[in-house]
Amino acid sequence: MDFLIFKAPMLMVQASLDGILLGILFALIAYGMALQWGVMNIINIAQGDLVILGGYIAYTIYLWGIHPAWGVIISPIIMFFVGWALYKLVINKVVDRDLFISILATFGIAIVFQQLMNFIFGADVVVAQSEYGTTMLFDNSVTLPNSKIFSAFISVLYAVALVIYMKKSRLGRAIRATAQNARAAKILGVDTEKVYAATFGINAALCGIAGALISITLTLHPYVGLPYTVRSFMIVIVAGLGNLPAVAVSGMGLGLFEEFADYILGTEFRIGAVFMLLVFILVYRRFKLSKKREYLK
Amino acid sequence: MNKVKQKDLILYSGLIILGLAAPFLFSAFKVQLTYLCVLIVLAMTWNLQGGEMGYNTFGNILFYGLGMYLTASVQVGMFFPLAEWTESGGEKTFVHTTAQYFQGIGVGLLVSAIVPAIVAGAIGYAILGLRGHYFAICTLGLGIAAGEIAGGIEIIGAGQGFTTPPFPAEIVDTEARGKFFYFLSFALLIGTFVFVKYIYGSRFRLILNAIRDNEDKAEAMGIQTMKYKIVGWMCSAFFCGLAGGIMGGLIGYIDSTDVAFDGREMGVFMVLMAILGGKGTLWGPVIGATLFHFFKEGLWTLILGWQYVALGVLIVVIVVYFPEGLMGWLREKYPERFGEVIDEKDRKAQVELK
Repeated sequence: MDFLIFKAPMLMVQASLDGILLGILFALIAYGMALQWGVMNIINIAQGDLVILGGYIAYTIYLWGIHPAWGVIISPIIMFFVGWALYKLVINKVVDRDLFISILATFGIAIVFQQLMNFIFGADVVVAQSEYGTTMLFDNSVTLPNSKIFSAFISVLYAVALVIYMKKSRLGRAIRATAQNARAAKILGVDTEKVYAATFGINAALCGIAGALISITLTLHPYVGLPYTVRSFMIVIVAGLGNLPAVAVSGMGLGLFEEFADYILGTEFRIGAVFMLLVFILVYRRFKLSKKREYLK
Repeated sequence: MNKVKQKDLILYSGLIILGLAAPFLFSAFKVQLTYLCVLIVLAMTWNLQGGEMGYNTFGNILFYGLGMYLTASVQVGMFFPLAEWTESGGEKTFVHTTAQYFQGIGVGLLVSAIVPAIVAGAIGYAILGLRGHYFAICTLGLGIAAGEIAGGIEIIGAGQGFTTPPFPAEIVDTEARGKFFYFLSFALLIGTFVFVKYIYGSRFRLILNAIRDNEDKAEAMGIQTMKYKIVGWMCSAFFCGLAGGIMGGLIGYIDSTDVAFDGREMGVFMVLMAILGGKGTLWGPVIGATLFHFFKEGLWTLILGWQYVALGVLIVVIVVYFPEGLMGWLREKYPERFGEVIDEKDRKAQVELK
């Protein structure tokens, strides 16, 4: 335990800015999760591994000599098809089933992804250098990598674009209709199978964007996918399905929590703190809900 | 009825004799057999939770890891300072005598059975109030959080791990270590089986099944579901802790995320084995665990490096195409063997309705 952070205001500013910028990125992943959860009623444990795979795509083009920032365009395109293929192979068989089956099946997919990434990209921690430099604030006492600002900006851009797309386009309307009532949508001529595949593809594409941004702001490693899944799950259950402003806010809240936990508890407990927060949120939610239970009169 | 009993008697005594003779028959595979016993115990206790109660947990690994750490800590801490042991290769400085070793592991196992059960009881009220997938994700989080936190605590070795006390060198017989752990795990297996079989014949199981099928209705019938859920979880935790303690002694080295709170291997294995054999049956987990262990040991070495890919694919295939498991499939095929009577008229009427 180290409470130094509360004595030094500059450290707090640093942690807050880091946390908020990171949180916007988390919110983007969580938005994808909320989308597929709402539309297909699936909890995707492989979400984080899709993110990491997207990151590795950006890292690969970086190795080829292209600037990794192009990853935010290339990675979602590739990931969309990965998501589509994944849907056709496995997910379409678990859509209408028990949620636990989808959890276990995607858990299996997550293991396969982790191991394949381990084979292809190696088990080293890698990062793509964006060489954007850093911004110094408050007499050089707060440092802010420009790549983080860039990533937050791109996340917001894509999120806004997606919201507009969902509101205006034909496919977006079909997706929202399917989320409301799949059967009615089917009767009215929506090809729900296609909608599901597209939803999963869009989710994977969002993961691809987030992964590309993570490859330049944070680090990549084949086995760090699960924490991203848990973070997005947490954000979704706090914010609720289909409530985008709340997703953004709770994403930032999670980012803040993590940065402060990092300073106070120490870096070795960071991931542990995230998972404990998940448990606490779920338990808090359970007690809150159980108060609402009433006797029938 | 008498005939059935006799058949059972032959089956069980045959299995016990086989189990007792196994380390002498397959003397080279003692470690594998010990693993098998522990895997069966884990699958059976998971089945009590996931199969009978309908609370699919990923978190039983928490009790397994807890048991592992507790046994080793007690075994060391009873005679030597724990902090110095874990700091720098304590097994070289401090040596357990034979008596100390067995006393230590005995007390350690006792603690590692009771403490996880108490922990399960303590967190049960909060955690078991969650339903369905929230429960699954929450327990997944618990297991991983425990691993991450254990990896940061200095006194139990933090990230560099914890070497459990080596088997006393005074016992000259080189086979003794393998035999000791085998019989320990075999005793645990018999204990667990007897306990689970007892539960299968009791009212407790009916209550658990009622909770699985419709918890709200069970509550409306006047069953205090929370009480039974907690007791069920405590039973699981009790045996998981013991299994972990034995495994810790057998492996001889505890790492926070790779051995103790090994959600990626053990945590998934127990779910997979129970589903492979058939959830909610007495023999399903036993058969599932045995099959899985043979598959794993047979294939793992052939596809070295690709074993996790195979594991992942296996999970997907079993879950998607085979969710009823082996026993479920057999039950569908030969219902009369399971004591189910099919009303032929009723079945025909149902088919016509469709």
